[in-house]
Amino acid sequence: MTQQSDEMAEKQDGGEVPDAAPLLALDRITKAFPGIVANDSISFQIKPGEIHALLGENGAGKSTLVKIIYGVLGADSGTLSWNGAPTAIPGPAAARDLGIGMVFQHFSLFEAMTVLENIGLAMNDQRDMTALKQRVIEVSTSYGLPLDPDRHVHSLSVGERQRIEIVRCLLQNPKLLILDEPTSVLTPQEAEKLFETLRQLSDEGCAILYISHKLDEVKALCEAATILRGGKVVATCDPRQETAQGMAELMIGQKLTPTRRDGGEVSRTDRIMVSRLSIASEDQFGIDLREISFKVRRGEILGVAGVAGNGQTELMSALSGEIQNRRQPDSIRFDGLSVGSLNPAERRALGANFVPEERNGHAAVKDMSLSDNAFLTAATRMKLMANGMMRHGEIRSFADKVISAFDVRTTGAEAAAGSLSGGNLQKYIVGREILQEPGILIISQPTWGVDAGAAATIRQALMDLARRGCAVLVISQDLDEIFEICDRIVVISEGMVSEPRDIEAITVEEVGLLMGGLHDLADTVGSEGRANG
Amino acid sequence: MVRLESRGDVSRAWSLLSPVVAIVLTLISGVVIFSAMGKDPGLALYTYFVQPLTTAFGVTELLVKATPLVLIGIGLSIGFRANVWNIGAEGQFTIGAIVGGGIAIAFHDSDNFLLLPVVMIGGILGGMAWGAVPAFLKTRFNANEILTSLMLTYVAVLLLSYLVHGPWRDPDGYNFPESRLFPAAAMMPVLWEDSRLHLGAALAVLAVVGGWVILSRAVIGFQLRVVGQAPAAAKHAGFSQNKLIWFSLLLGGGLAGLAGVAEVAGTIGQLLPSISPGYGFTAIIVAFLGRLHPVGVLLAGLIMALSYIGGEVAQIEIGLPAAVTGLFQGILLFFLLGCDVLTHYRIRFGAPGRARGS
Amino acid sequence: MDFVPVILTVITASTPLLFAATGELVTEKSGVLNLGVEGMMLVGAIAAFAVASTTGSGLAGIVAGAAAGTVMASVFAFLTLTMLANQVATGLALTIFGIGISALIGAGFVGFALEPLPKLAIPVISDIPVIGPILFGQDILVYLSFVMILAVAWFLSRTRPGLILKAVGESHDSAHALGYPVIAIRYAAVLFGGAMSGLAGAYLSLAYTPLWAENMTAGRGWIALALVVFATWRPGRVVLGAYMFGAITILQLHAQGWGIEIASQFMSMLPYLATILVLVLISRDKTKIRLNAPQCIGKVFHAAH
Repeated sequence: MTQQSDEMAEKQDGGEVPDAAPLLALDRITKAFPGIVANDSISFQIKPGEIHALLGENGAGKSTLVKIIYGVLGADSGTLSWNGAPTAIPGPAAARDLGIGMVFQHFSLFEAMTVLENIGLAMNDQRDMTALKQRVIEVSTSYGLPLDPDRHVHSLSVGERQRIEIVRCLLQNPKLLILDEPTSVLTPQEAEKLFETLRQLSDEGCAILYISHKLDEVKALCEAATILRGGKVVATCDPRQETAQGMAELMIGQKLTPTRRDGGEVSRTDRIMVSRLSIASEDQFGIDLREISFKVRRGEILGVAGVAGNGQTELMSALSGEIQNRRQPDSIRFDGLSVGSLNPAERRALGANFVPEERNGHAAVKDMSLSDNAFLTAATRMKLMANGMMRHGEIRSFADKVISAFDVRTTGAEAAAGSLSGGNLQKYIVGREILQEPGILIISQPTWGVDAGAAATIRQALMDLARRGCAVLVISQDLDEIFEICDRIVVISEGMVSEPRDIEAITVEEVGLLMGGLHDLADTVGSEGRANG
Repeated sequence: MVRLESRGDVSRAWSLLSPVVAIVLTLISGVVIFSAMGKDPGLALYTYFVQPLTTAFGVTELLVKATPLVLIGIGLSIGFRANVWNIGAEGQFTIGAIVGGGIAIAFHDSDNFLLLPVVMIGGILGGMAWGAVPAFLKTRFNANEILTSLMLTYVAVLLLSYLVHGPWRDPDGYNFPESRLFPAAAMMPVLWEDSRLHLGAALAVLAVVGGWVILSRAVIGFQLRVVGQAPAAAKHAGFSQNKLIWFSLLLGGGLAGLAGVAEVAGTIGQLLPSISPGYGFTAIIVAFLGRLHPVGVLLAGLIMALSYIGGEVAQIEIGLPAAVTGLFQGILLFFLLGCDVLTHYRIRFGAPGRARGS
Repeated sequence: MDFVPVILTVITASTPLLFAATGELVTEKSGVLNLGVEGMMLVGAIAAFAVASTTGSGLAGIVAGAAAGTVMASVFAFLTLTMLANQVATGLALTIFGIGISALIGAGFVGFALEPLPKLAIPVISDIPVIGPILFGQDILVYLSFVMILAVAWFLSRTRPGLILKAVGESHDSAHALGYPVIAIRYAAVLFGGAMSGLAGAYLSLAYTPLWAENMTAGRGWIALALVVFATWRPGRVVLGAYMFGAITILQLHAQGWGIEIASQFMSMLPYLATILVLVLISRDKTKIRLNAPQCIGKVFHAAH
């Protein structure tokens, strides 16, 4: 896969100060997918022991580049040099042999297997499980990453799962550790602990390639940064010398316009009332909801913060009606009506709309047209059916309305949902719900994996909707987003929800503590502990 | 090196072209197989696929054979859209024939014009009942409908065998394992004089129209498509998965039951130990070959019917074993499934690292 | 009543189920659902019979049966793993094709009879009353069926390749990210499943009823599929299930001898009804199924990006 050119390699080395030869040098790496050049002639270098940030928006080409370095993908052209020598990395095993370790954003773990088995599977030559177990314990204690090798992965929290990924890299004494958005699943305090581990590794001479779009973190941790936009390197800088604003504008390629926030009237009327909602998860790997209570008022946006896997999915299902709670129909009320035993369609008929986290296959069907996808959730309220038959004309014009109102870039209402980019599809889905003028909107991860332009549009639309009198509930892992658009905040942890607080009256640190430590509070109150496994 | 590259969208052209390519490839395989068997491939193919269509009788026989295939195929294609894998249509067909046939035998001296409608309704209800069992076991106990519906097929065929060997054997039939002949009032009217083409063919056309309305106009058809492509999205929309499983299996069972009763009260005229050359299984191929689309099912039903008739003609004329038909059907489905990959992927030649996008 | 002959016939009725279910277990553990077991068994049966009756060698027949099953499985593997075809539909196609081609090849062998596979009685210990003939007086395939299931149990629970196979069935994306060749591993598992189904067929036409008849598997391939679910993908329970079904099949042969007056058709229904019953009993516990079933079963894997 490497198209070697000696002249090129020499030129690359020639320009560098000789004191620290690069550990990894990329020279004009290019990779194209159908319809898109994901990496366009990317060049940069990482020195031994350096903590190097790879910055960029969703879709900038970070993941593709990392997969090329780790050997999951082959580049179309360009050279990758390791310790100065052009090197081919035909697969992850080869990458591990070189000393490259990778912590994936979407963990590559096996739920039904133990921690030890998971680690063993990632080792190239490990056969003796007893010896491996000993080493796991050693490494995890010396880096402050406690792990029980015999636990099954499905019984672990997201933070613990990340530790498995990190420990299994560390066991191979890596020279380069790649981490893809590692803090998106951590509380601010856990993130700080991770940074300590990473600094320790860096001091020991291990280089770190840190992929993120969170600029504060990068400023605090990294000594070099490469910024990608649209598959190209737009800048290389020292993040300690730059402002977060400046780097953000390089990432996005335009001036940031902060979302407008005209303090609309929050009235006293409660539109969503959740009282003592307890539901056992349908998934044996899921989280049970315990005694959840909160209210959302007319004209207000309430944010639900929390680390992934603490009951957000279950809360969303309970509110949307995908899980029904027939025994306690009163635990959820919309505009005063008990809805606990209603299915999603029945709840929608009452004026409540929902946007789940997963776009493909949950909020939308990817092989169906945008028209059909409009019918999916708008059939009743937009009167898109009559006598059991679909009204194709009306469906089409509603879809067109969504497309134009939310500036969805597509070839038309007959395009398959799967042909849209993540940001455009999310705009379409959010638009489909908002144009139904809901009185209640419950939305999970509204801008997850979406480019900055689309994210701004969506956040503005949510705030405008609230101003028109809708009660909006936003479940999000992105604290910045919650602080930007919400009026009040609650934190979900281990299936329980904290007391609501005004957004002006709480700090990020406090939220972080709640995200990680809520269960301690509950245990002292005497609530029964959750059974494992 | 050859590799597949996702289109990101569905290719409509390939979706329609793939059955045609599959048929052509099957014919080419036919040439190879016939040559290997020492037959003149040109003559064999002509005997198999053309000769049956040269006489009016051949054409009506084709329609007679296509009738059950289309009826069952419509029901299956609707269920398959929802990922309800009813592969026990053969059993539902058999029970339809048993219930309808049982009514006809019970009233063997009747000449009431209501007998035929009652026989037909009995057949439909019988098929629905046999389809209801896997639906119940799936929705109540989560039992895999592929296995339960198939097991029930063996049970149904054994039940038919018991009946014609035992209690329903023709008392004047010299101990042959067959029922007495149905009375004229229980027989389906013939649509074309001097042929066996009966009312069932008209019902099959009706089923095609009904299937089309369900799939492209009705809300329930939309729900079936969503639950098949994205079960989580169906749940999010508020569609009841259990309701759709019941609908699929009752519809599939009812149409298979109708096909069964049409076969015995239209074509055969009595109950025999074996009343089907595997229509219920061939209809699975019909459903796929027809792109799970009603009009496609109609065309595919005619093609598969031709393979049955052609097999019979070829057996008589050039001594080809009847099993060749099953072989062709399997090969056709293989090629179809292979070609179908092109609706979602395009084939690229060359090593992955070298190919450059635009 | 003398139970030894009854138990001996139970063993013969159970062996094909054990072979087929062992193979399918490995296939499904890798995340692939091959519904074509019935078709692979039939082709294995005719290939074994044709070769054994032409060459006169039972051993050659056994090898031919396994090879034929493997070839059938390779067609399935190519379509589902390389061409990414739907596994359910392709499995059905494999069965329809298997019925057709076995009938075509078998047309020339109907009415032939064959010496059943010789019993390999182990000297001295096979003379022990009762357990002697049962444990030590069987033909080679019966022994092999036990060797295979023990080997599979050991492979899956004790070896690293077994762990990798399970990992591929658990999450093909994770396995791919770690650099394991998902497709190659699945090819191997599917081909192994085919070989085992071929042996199951060979046992039917060489030992169980040493002759060829169209469709002679009579649904055993489907029962084997149900057995894997019944066993919740655990080798020990595969043996239990196979022998339970073998016993039910034998019941119908002995029923009349024991003076039970029921029409033979109803007795013949028993294995099918029992299959439905055990499926219901085991499937009603959704959690159990989800905990034990390979998570990726039936899902298409395409490593494009």
